[in-house]
Amino acid sequence: MEITQILFWFLSALALFGAIGVVASKNPIYSVLFLIIVFFAISGHYILMNAQFLAIVNIIVYAGAIMVLFLFVIMLMNLNTETEPIKNVYLKLAGVISGLMLMIVLVAALSHSDTRNIIMRRGTSVGLTENLGKALFNKYVVPFEISSVLFLSAMIGAILIGKKDPVKKNKTLDVKA
Amino acid sequence: MDAIQLIYLVPLFPLIGCLINGLGRNILPKKIVGIIGSLVVFIPFCISVLIFLTVSKEGFITQNISYFDFIHVGKLSIPFEFQIDQLTSIFLLIITGVGFLIHVYSVSYMKDETQSGFGRYFSYMNLFVFSMLLLVLGGNYVIMYIGWEGVGLCSYLLIGFWFKDQANNDAGKKAFIMNRIGDVGFLLAVFWMVSSFGTVSYHELFNSQNGIITSISTINSPVIVGITLLLFVGAIGKSAQIPLYTWLPDAMAGPTPVSALIHAATMVTAGVYMVARSNIMYSLAPISMAGVASIGLTTAIVAAIIALKQNDIKKVLAYSTVSQLGYMFLGLGVGAYSAAVFHVMTHAFFKGLLFLAAGSVIHAMGGEQDITKMGGLGKKMKITYVTFFIACLAISGIPPFSGFFSKDAILSATYAQSPILYILGLGGALLTAFYMFRLMAMTFNGKFRGTAEQEQHIHESSAIMTIPLIILAILATICGFIGLPEIFAKNGNKIDDFLSPVFAHSNQILTTKGIPHQTEWILVIVSALLVIIVSIWTWNKFKNYASSTPGENGFVKAIKNKFYVDEAYDFLFVKPYRSLSAFLNNIFDKKGIDGIVNGVGRGVNYGSRQLRLLQSGQVGSYLLLMVIGLLILFIIQLFTK
Amino acid sequence: MEIKWYIFLSLALFCIGIIGALTRRNSIIVFMCIELMLNSVNLLLVAFSKMHLGEVNAFSYSMATSAQIFVFFIMIVAAAEVSVGLAIIVMLYRNTRSIDINFLNRLKN
Repeated sequence: MEITQILFWFLSALALFGAIGVVASKNPIYSVLFLIIVFFAISGHYILMNAQFLAIVNIIVYAGAIMVLFLFVIMLMNLNTETEPIKNVYLKLAGVISGLMLMIVLVAALSHSDTRNIIMRRGTSVGLTENLGKALFNKYVVPFEISSVLFLSAMIGAILIGKKDPVKKNKTLDVKA
Repeated sequence: MDAIQLIYLVPLFPLIGCLINGLGRNILPKKIVGIIGSLVVFIPFCISVLIFLTVSKEGFITQNISYFDFIHVGKLSIPFEFQIDQLTSIFLLIITGVGFLIHVYSVSYMKDETQSGFGRYFSYMNLFVFSMLLLVLGGNYVIMYIGWEGVGLCSYLLIGFWFKDQANNDAGKKAFIMNRIGDVGFLLAVFWMVSSFGTVSYHELFNSQNGIITSISTINSPVIVGITLLLFVGAIGKSAQIPLYTWLPDAMAGPTPVSALIHAATMVTAGVYMVARSNIMYSLAPISMAGVASIGLTTAIVAAIIALKQNDIKKVLAYSTVSQLGYMFLGLGVGAYSAAVFHVMTHAFFKGLLFLAAGSVIHAMGGEQDITKMGGLGKKMKITYVTFFIACLAISGIPPFSGFFSKDAILSATYAQSPILYILGLGGALLTAFYMFRLMAMTFNGKFRGTAEQEQHIHESSAIMTIPLIILAILATICGFIGLPEIFAKNGNKIDDFLSPVFAHSNQILTTKGIPHQTEWILVIVSALLVIIVSIWTWNKFKNYASSTPGENGFVKAIKNKFYVDEAYDFLFVKPYRSLSAFLNNIFDKKGIDGIVNGVGRGVNYGSRQLRLLQSGQVGSYLLLMVIGLLILFIIQLFTK
Repeated sequence: MEIKWYIFLSLALFCIGIIGALTRRNSIIVFMCIELMLNSVNLLLVAFSKMHLGEVNAFSYSMATSAQIFVFFIMIVAAAEVSVGLAIIVMLYRNTRSIDINFLNRLKN
């Protein structure tokens, strides 16, 4: 078995272990940590597939920024001890079963498909930063710019949602646009 | 203008009258309703007279006028057609003439009704006249059936006219249901005719050159026998023969003019008309004729026996009608078609007269109908008394009144068939004389047996009521002379000659010959004498009638209770039918079908309640459902081809 | 390396994410499972981009590039979504002192 294959299996196992850990752990901080493990495993996969740019971006954005945000919120709410009330057992069971069923169905479906045995190429230059950058700023510049607008709206939305209700004042202050 | 072309006006006028009186019954005053109601019967009478004159000319050929296609299915075409020949013309005169007199009489008889009731009455009467005219004018069996059903309906409406009293409604229902039972036979016969012959038109079946029936020469072919017997079943229902006669006495619950018109002069004779119209078919099936004759004779005698002991004036007349109808069917059954039609005519006059006079008596007695409480009315109600007396003479068959000639014609034909039948028929005639004179004596002679208050009330009826009585009495006296038999005057039997084209083919087929003149003289004299003796004896017996002696023996009691026939019918037919109805209602309808319908409603209710729980508002369950839905879609998409 | 292994891996991660989203009641954990699902999709896309035979012709080259650009944009959107979603969760906590998703049942009946 080649090194790539070994690496693939190892990383896959790591990812799966991490995913199950996210779902199954009682302490939410442990779930966050497991999710970080998953992200690292997936980034490993990206590197394996020579998508360097995405691997780095994945780590920076996901594991670096998003998970930190999650941690902040969890700390904010003092959720060290998990006081989650017991969910209805039947619903849990139904959820698990349907999820598993979904997986089985999809696996069964896809194992009959035509493209399943296509071997992936190795060492392509698609994922290199330079090439990806070229494509991003040539063909996809408009979505790129629009995504900045998206971030702006997300920021405004987050701030607005998080605002405290203003205390009612006696004198009227009309804000007319 | 040729009167034949005006034939469509004959039924049209009563129909218009019905609509005007019916729709305007709350608006129009009683006088106007009465005038319209009578006028729309008088005008057809005038047209009928014109038609009669046209028909009686030499060389008149049967006219057939077709108005529009009524039923047209494949090769079967049944047009709405009228047929005018001698038979039709006589019936037209009877219906419109007697009908008109009765309408005029009703104006006075029903004057105590409310305005709306008065209008309703005349509307129904006009509708009845319309249906009856349709029946006799119809050119094929289907049009006749329309009229047949129509008169049945009007009979029900009119019997139950005073519908606030449940007994009247029951009587109306009884009449209608028994009629219906007969109608099934009629309908089956029509279907059979359509399937065997492909047509039901009289002129296609019966015309002398190439009619389908006239071309048949086999006697007693099963098809013809079947059809004629089924048609006769219809006549049994409509004309109140055994076993479907019990509705007629109960039908006396209706107003008296209704009884006069429907149950004496016209509706009940529809059966006779039908058999006379189909005379060629009956002549080809002597078996059916034997059946008709036997039922007719049995009915005549049994009804006469029951009438002997009845104490309600109208019930006696009702049973008398049943009995006389039996005579008519006896005449038809032995082949004396024109004699039977003659008897229809004379019966219309004297029975109509009897009913109208009875109405006059009931009016005078303030509604009392029990003859044991009457008596001595003759002194105070002269016109009624005299006309009633004339009618009694006519119905008993005393010469020279009309009943004598018509009954004699039937009885001679019966003798030609079989002397035994003649003896029985003669017996019936004697019974007729007995109960009629008993009725007259108990009502009009002797001492008054009612209350003093009723005695104050007795008065002769108004002119509007007595004039029709007088006219009918005159007719009952003289119309016998159009049917003088051979022995009295050569070519004196005008009515026989008149109707001969209708019955010509039958007379060819039938093989009974006439009886020699001496025999006929003997029969006539013997029967006349016997009848006169019985009449006088009865009159003497009852003219000073006191209350009936107690302790009647069993047979008399049976007669008084009409041989318990009604009770037997009730037990045999009505009760099982009612329990079947109750069964179906409770178990099948209420539990079964209602159960299913309500069950569906309950099921939907339950299901919706369960479904409502799905919308729990929990995000988690929504997610679950989404996943499940996705799953199902995938499965369907990927694994079923 | 055949593509099917990557497909199965991605499927497994996705389904585990679904199971987690259905099973857990803590809204933050649910949110994290959503992120897990998004990542599995990203993995799949990158795998497909590799599958499309790299530089053989211009068409498949642009396909492969498109796939990775798509992943990039998914990440962008995920980041924005996380910020807004967490804001909502914070508001939920502030109002009900709990982060049970079953409290969001205003759509009941």
